[in-house]
Amino acid sequence: MYQQVGNGLLVQMICEDFAQARKVIRTYKGAVTTEISNVDTQVSSVGVDPAAVKAAERKERWLRRIPLLPALIFTIVVTQVPFVIALWISLNDWAFLTPNPIEFVGLDNFTSIPDNGRFVDSIINTFWITFGTAFFSTVIATGLAIALDKKFIGQSVVRTLLITPFLTMPVAASLIWRNSILDVRFGFVNFLLTSLGFDAFETSSSPLFTVLVFSIWQWTPFLMLILLAGLQSQPPSVLEAARVDGASNSAIFFQITLPHLRPYLELGALLSSIFLIQTFDAVDQLAGGAIGAQNIPFFVHQRAIGGAFQFGEASAFGVVVVIASIILATFSLRVLSGLLDGDDL
Amino acid sequence: MSGVSDEIVGVNTRWSSISAAVVGWAAAIVFFFPIFWMVHTSFKTEDDAQSLDPVFFFNPSFDRYREVSEDFGGNLGAVDAFTNSFSVVIVSTILVLLMGIPAAYALTIRPIEKWRDVLFFFISTKFLPIAAAIVPLFFFADAIPYPTLGLPFLDTDDLLGTRLGLTIVYTAFNLPLGVWMMRSFFEEVPKELIEAAQIDGASITEQLRSVILPIVSPGIAATALLSFIFAWNEFFLALNLTAADTATVPIWVTGTVDGRGQFFAKLSAAATMASIPVIAAGWIAQKRLVRGLALGAIK
Repeated sequence: MYQQVGNGLLVQMICEDFAQARKVIRTYKGAVTTEISNVDTQVSSVGVDPAAVKAAERKERWLRRIPLLPALIFTIVVTQVPFVIALWISLNDWAFLTPNPIEFVGLDNFTSIPDNGRFVDSIINTFWITFGTAFFSTVIATGLAIALDKKFIGQSVVRTLLITPFLTMPVAASLIWRNSILDVRFGFVNFLLTSLGFDAFETSSSPLFTVLVFSIWQWTPFLMLILLAGLQSQPPSVLEAARVDGASNSAIFFQITLPHLRPYLELGALLSSIFLIQTFDAVDQLAGGAIGAQNIPFFVHQRAIGGAFQFGEASAFGVVVVIASIILATFSLRVLSGLLDGDDL
Repeated sequence: MSGVSDEIVGVNTRWSSISAAVVGWAAAIVFFFPIFWMVHTSFKTEDDAQSLDPVFFFNPSFDRYREVSEDFGGNLGAVDAFTNSFSVVIVSTILVLLMGIPAAYALTIRPIEKWRDVLFFFISTKFLPIAAAIVPLFFFADAIPYPTLGLPFLDTDDLLGTRLGLTIVYTAFNLPLGVWMMRSFFEEVPKELIEAAQIDGASITEQLRSVILPIVSPGIAATALLSFIFAWNEFFLALNLTAADTATVPIWVTGTVDGRGQFFAKLSAAATMASIPVIAAGWIAQKRLVRGLALGAIK
């Protein structure tokens, strides 16, 4: 029968069937709801023990929590408890390799911090490595993402080659840079520099700069991937409309593309900062732990297990860093929170 | 008139495409060069690898790979290092999934109250500098056999200096990102589907198996991939928490650096071997990688 009436009608008839069915369901639902509310009134008039209701609610809440507990408890034990212990250790004078007993010294480890020039330097270096890298990587990554957003020959090969620095093991890459690339006599970069008539570049004379360049090399690909995803999510119709209206390329970039990219820029800068602030491999293996490049992770490591074994002092540094991180995190979490509200970009 | 402007647009797009190609290829060459040079050097002799004028053409040989695979200089051999790394990384990735999947479930599908706070607690742990926790972690298991010091208090019965100790720390290291990522994938499961399954009388395990897991499995794969990458490449904790016989691949790579002799080619061979698993995985799963790295914020 349906075959006789043609496709349009068929669809229409099916739709009508659905509408009919939906109406029936709605009526049925209404009846059920009334029924339930009737039962509810009856139950409450009979007088159910409110304590039992509460117990049932509590049980339900715990049932919901149970799947979360292993992850939550594990994370608290392994990541939070050590910091509480660090707080206690920081109040003691504890030179691990000497026979001296552990001595409670109160806040002495903290009050001596401003006098410790190298700790202050390590904070400044951390700042450079984290925000310097995030900034320059973002700028370069924006340019590369715009280029890769266009179609050209070998585009996917270029993208694949570009993301490789991010995937290469950081320690391995650090050592390759230190030796095969930047060695004063045998490094490839110095071969290029000296053949072009420049002086050879010495890693040891500018260790912080070296770490910065290396980190930019490592993190630009990551930021590029995120920004490329941002560019590709841009509705082409908006760009076309702007072009039809005669907007110049720079106007399109600054007034349409950049505002659209903003959440992606924030997300990329935030995520790369989370990892960059922990930079250790490049400082240790590329700069060889040179004083000029020492950042907080390296310095705290060196004062503790990496050589000095001054556990009290090292823990005090750690506690200061944790407080600074909490301030940074509060700001960053606001960014993430915005993302959570907007949910997907 | 319109023909002329069309032509201009055509020229413009052609030019922008050419300049994009130039910028893209130039950047690709610069960024990829260190990795190309690493692989290239790994097939040279030590003399060719460490020469004042770079050697471009030579008879490639696998000898350096063979050399670094054997025990050298009292260090751990490649087989042991790779076994250590694979066991630590794979077990910790499985633990991340085992704890992360139920947690993501409790934060999305049947959400607890204050799920937002819990989510933010997880990510906030990533902001804490690992360096600050290293002293307490050191004592968590009493004593770490530190490779170069040979301290007298070595006690190999302790957790630290063992693969298990490192596995636990790596799990904690990757779990917060794992929970965030999987949450974003779990959120994509249509509520109607779950309700429908409930009405059909499906138990929670049945709902998980037949409705939820098929939808979130790509997300779980992405999470596993990223946990694997971060744990595989991790150096700081491995340096502090492993002993000579439990050292992982990153430590093994640093062992190829020889203060006295030539080592560029051996280092390159070891660095190439160490990087290949992650580079291969990353190349294959580029799209997944982006979404995972963006904590699921990018679809």
